[in-house]
Amino acid sequence: MSVLIFVDHSEGHIKKASFEALTYGAKIAEQTGTTAEALVLGTVSDDLAALGKYGVKKVHQVNNESLNHLDAQVYAKVIAEAATASGATVVVISHTQTGKAIAGRVAVRLKAGLVAGACALPDTSNGFVVKKTVFSGKAFANVSISSPVKVISLNPNSYTTIAGEGTAEVSQLSIAVDAPKVKVTAVNKVSGEIPLTEAEIVVSGGRGLKGPENWGILLDLAKELGAATACSRPVGDAHWRPHHEHVGQTGVQVAPNLYIAIGISGAIQHLAGVNRSKIIVVINKDPEAPFFKAADYGIVGDAFEVVPKLTEEIKKMKAK
Amino acid sequence: MKILVCVSKTPDTTSKIAFTDGNSKFDENGVQWIINPYDEWYSLVRAIELKEKDPATTVHLVTVGGADAEPIIRKALALGGDEAIRVNADGSDSYFIASQIAAIAKDGYDLVFTGKETIDYNGSSIGAMVAELLDVPYISLATKFELNGTTATVTREIEGGEEVAELALPAVVSCQKGVAEQRIPNMRGIMAARTKPLKVVEPAATDTLTSIVSFELPPAKAGVKLVSPDNVGELVRLLHEEAKAI
Repeated sequence: MSVLIFVDHSEGHIKKASFEALTYGAKIAEQTGTTAEALVLGTVSDDLAALGKYGVKKVHQVNNESLNHLDAQVYAKVIAEAATASGATVVVISHTQTGKAIAGRVAVRLKAGLVAGACALPDTSNGFVVKKTVFSGKAFANVSISSPVKVISLNPNSYTTIAGEGTAEVSQLSIAVDAPKVKVTAVNKVSGEIPLTEAEIVVSGGRGLKGPENWGILLDLAKELGAATACSRPVGDAHWRPHHEHVGQTGVQVAPNLYIAIGISGAIQHLAGVNRSKIIVVINKDPEAPFFKAADYGIVGDAFEVVPKLTEEIKKMKAK
Repeated sequence: MKILVCVSKTPDTTSKIAFTDGNSKFDENGVQWIINPYDEWYSLVRAIELKEKDPATTVHLVTVGGADAEPIIRKALALGGDEAIRVNADGSDSYFIASQIAAIAKDGYDLVFTGKETIDYNGSSIGAMVAELLDVPYISLATKFELNGTTATVTREIEGGEEVAELALPAVVSCQKGVAEQRIPNMRGIMAARTKPLKVVEPAATDTLTSIVSFELPPAKAGVKLVSPDNVGELVRLLHEEAKAI
């Protein structure tokens, strides 16, 4: 018996969300008296034995050229076969872009109940109940899985990575890999930017900034904090910022440690996309802006004065 | 070309979320129901555009839900599409719902469109499950979808960017912003929708693998700590020392 954690990587490096999934999966193994094992598909330059630090005993790798690009059909077959081979009763996948492509397929192959978007460890005191976010972050549901094998996809930034000591045993797994039916013809990555869903800090702007030409103050603050940048829906719709920065119920949902909202009133649809953030700071000149009710810290003031000061103060703090 | 568009009934985005019966049921009191925005704005509109380009294309809608989902299906038909199928069942288990859709989709569809997720359960998993049940490719989180004969060229979101992929149909694709632009139904569409066929079928026998035990609301925030705009340094101190966020 085991808990199998699917480990995702990009450009040779294991993704942050996968470290969270490893820690989470290892904890489930401890809780259920089984061992945690990791599965890596394709070529990775990171040291796989070091994944033992997160609590996994074994790392299985399937290295095959056909796995260098994501074809959900090909991946799911390999993951499901590896799960069966390692006697997995729980499979953990990150609820990321890759995870969303494969978790449902893996669940069907294993005839396993799926909780997609989990945000806490399962409660195994009476059955197997996993808490997940619903209504776009406005609520949680406790979902019971009744099948013998369970698949959980874990929300990024919802479980803290713990690195301890340990070395995992790395082995090559021999599983037949199908030829992909999906041919990737181009990859366009925005280089130098922090992916919004992985960011620890997000700085976000709304209509209060009055126009795209005023975004400089926000970008300076983001740069000083090493933060990703985001925007409200009206800003995305007006093409002041690229639409992939739109955060909210119908945009990207984020859960950073710190979310700084500048000139955003805080409509319910926007809050749905950000209310899993640990700390929310709101800067708005309107004291009645609904966002203040959802915030931890706030400044009622003019963004054009407050934001440059904030950048300066952070610089000062870092210099100390 | 036969396209099947999956539509789901969800609470309006402005709905106040509350629960009844000891937090075991969603409180429908005063809730406005809408078509899941990703289904309506992107996958349905893109399917209609494909039919406008090639009139030989048929567009069918499918929903899994009770009779109370019918006003939503009519509203979807007012945008376009030839007919709708309602699988007469309720449920929240993604395996059960995907199995119902797959049972319909087996009937000669070349392309199945879903929204990237529903705004109520946010599982983002139905498309992947339907694809696996049909044993066809799946492209998730599409931001562009072009068709040339039976070859699809799809741009999809990946972490930190996007990639372009080519594949031969049949396939399942989940759609999000970028695939199409939202449309408003016109009077002609609304009138036409009244007489479009809406078939009701009973659900296929399938296992249910998960069930919702209870709901919870997030704990209320303690209240905002306001800092004077003349004392921005204090905010930095609080974020550093108290919140330990920077």
